[in-house]
Amino acid sequence: MENLNSVPEHKCSCNETVNEDLLYDQLDEIIEMHRGKEGALIPILQSAQNLFGYLPEAALKQISRKLHKPYSEVAGVVGFYSYFSTVAKGKHTVRVCMGTACYVRGGKDVLKSLMDNLGINVGETTENRLFSLEVGRCFGACGLAPVIMIDDTVYQKVKPSKVSEILDTYTE
Amino acid sequence: MNNISLKINNVEVTVEDGKTILDAAKKAGIKIPTLCHVESQIPKGACRVCMVEVEGARNLVAGCTTPATNGMVVKTNTKTVRDARKFVIELLISEHCGDCKTCERNNDCELQAIAREMGISQVSYEGESIISIIDDSTPALVRDSGKCIKCRRCVTVCNEIQGVGSLFPQGRGFESNVGPAFDQHLSEVACVQCGQCAAICPVGAIIEKSHIEGVWEALDNPLKHVVVQTAPAIRAALGECFDYEPGTLVTGKMVTALRQLGFDGVFDTNFTADLTIMEEGTELLVRLKKALVNKEQVALPQFTSCSPGWINYAEYFYPDILDHISSCKSPQQMFGTVAKTYYASKIGIKPEDIVVVSVMPCTAKKYEAQRPEMNDSGVADVDYVLTTRELGKMIKQAGIDFKSLPDGKMDSPMGSGSGAADIFANTGGVMEAAIRTAYEIVTGKELPLKGLHIEPVMGLNGIKKASLKIEGAKPEWSFLEGVELKVGVAHGLGNARKIIEMMLDGEEFHFIEVMTCPGGCIGGGGQPRFTTDEVRKKRIEAIYKEDEGKKLRKSHENPEITQIYQEFLKEPLSHLSHKLLHTKYASKN
Repeated sequence: MENLNSVPEHKCSCNETVNEDLLYDQLDEIIEMHRGKEGALIPILQSAQNLFGYLPEAALKQISRKLHKPYSEVAGVVGFYSYFSTVAKGKHTVRVCMGTACYVRGGKDVLKSLMDNLGINVGETTENRLFSLEVGRCFGACGLAPVIMIDDTVYQKVKPSKVSEILDTYTE
Repeated sequence: MNNISLKINNVEVTVEDGKTILDAAKKAGIKIPTLCHVESQIPKGACRVCMVEVEGARNLVAGCTTPATNGMVVKTNTKTVRDARKFVIELLISEHCGDCKTCERNNDCELQAIAREMGISQVSYEGESIISIIDDSTPALVRDSGKCIKCRRCVTVCNEIQGVGSLFPQGRGFESNVGPAFDQHLSEVACVQCGQCAAICPVGAIIEKSHIEGVWEALDNPLKHVVVQTAPAIRAALGECFDYEPGTLVTGKMVTALRQLGFDGVFDTNFTADLTIMEEGTELLVRLKKALVNKEQVALPQFTSCSPGWINYAEYFYPDILDHISSCKSPQQMFGTVAKTYYASKIGIKPEDIVVVSVMPCTAKKYEAQRPEMNDSGVADVDYVLTTRELGKMIKQAGIDFKSLPDGKMDSPMGSGSGAADIFANTGGVMEAAIRTAYEIVTGKELPLKGLHIEPVMGLNGIKKASLKIEGAKPEWSFLEGVELKVGVAHGLGNARKIIEMMLDGEEFHFIEVMTCPGGCIGGGGQPRFTTDEVRKKRIEAIYKEDEGKKLRKSHENPEITQIYQEFLKEPLSHLSHKLLHTKYASKN
């Protein structure tokens, strides 16, 4: 497999100031580096996802056009691997544990509260691109149930009523 | 290349190195069923129906992907093999969403046929069915995801043969499907609607959009004058719907059947194929004159324009070369326009009271007929387009015993076609027809070739080239004296792409024929299933036989063509011709 880190340095779209339009020039550079090599599509998709934080339609179309590969084929590969996402990810990923322990101790209510507070469903991203909401199956912290994680931080014994308070610390 | 020998079911068979077990079995006359294999293409091993036992192998292997090796011992009919195949078929049926009794492909379905052959009387597995999502967004094709068995044959033809790439496997597991990117409809992507997918689908997952009911309604309406035109490729293939051998000419029976169906006029697209040659041949000569005499910038080579899938392809993928494509409408559309103007005034019926039905080997013709600009008669020039398969169905629905029909004759004044028009049906034919006429216009002499055939552009090679030196040009064409006319022919859109790239790389051509489907219209997306190379060859042979059996071999000698120019159009590329018989193309990129 290609060295995925060998792409030009770039910032993720969620890194505040980066304008997505500017990333397309970087995408061109990535495509150029891989073009002509057999099996170029997957490494390009991986780098593109690192670049944008997800795989926007316009990026996939650009990859399709530059590689002379049908868009249907590019989409087919993206859809095959769960690693790839065509949904924009927020700056912060909120993951709610739905493992058995968290579930029985009210994880479901915590999730409901998160959905209400953020105004999104699982798998979606808020309009301001600040939060994405996901569920997980056991974070290995059952004694602290119910648990949520925001990026790498674990919040234990979360009460549905405390959710907005936790989120507020990320909105400054 | 080395030969290798192997034993299949105790039959010794020798094949070239590189052949697969499936190839070898075919040679030995042993049938290994497959639902995914496409002739001459890289095997995919997707359906797992071709499993066979190989001595020494741990598991069963797929016959289509496993190379034959020297001394290999293969068994295709053991209990293990039969059970494995049954297992695969039962699993396919268990998730298949659709009722055979009401399926378009009932009695013409490979999954059904294999299940029958294997004696599958019940399915032991119960579970979810695939969700049926219907995509009828294009005028030509209907896809039903519930019936798709993910064999990927359509993916192979769409990508590897046609180079269009509208279809690809999407997603994974039970939820996977075959289609355009991100659940888009075919109308939203660069689908040229050639229907090669529908022609090769083993089940009812991709079919043509039926016009049968509309045609019955028109025929039942006493206020409508309903006429039919049949493309040249129909007569060499329709017989297959009635168990005739491929390549059986059934022109006369077809005419009688159409009359019995109730059409008020039975005409021939060959008539407008001849008209196309007059217009397109003249257009080529005009372009050459502009280039050679007036030194004008003019788009050469000229490309043919008869094949609507090709027009779509160019509009999607090569919009920069659209001015190279002849402005002539296809013979189908010329017929529709002429029927609702020239013929309408002859019989004294208003164009809106005439219904033009086409029988075409093609699904893209359904699309072409409804292009908004195709209404130069004031109404839609062509109302309904039936594929060869649909006509076969209508004849059966009407209870007509096709085989016992006497031969009939087409009506006049749009029922006469030359041999040159017949060969529009196959790759190389439009080119040959055009040169038969253009050469004679320029030199006043008949094309000096045996049988009037241009051998290098005949046959099934993907790209064919020929050159012809013009000698003895008449004074008005003296600028062509000694000119080496270079022509190219491509069939299958993958080959069209290649010849366009050759042209863009600087190779000199004056005239290029493109037909969308492999083999030309005789291999069209609307022809009886299945079209293999062997079938293509037989249909082409029949078409040349039809051509050679005619006294009238050249378009410009067709008396009905002389008549329409005298009475109506005046001359090729006249003002009226331009208005009625020519069109424009636009980028879809």
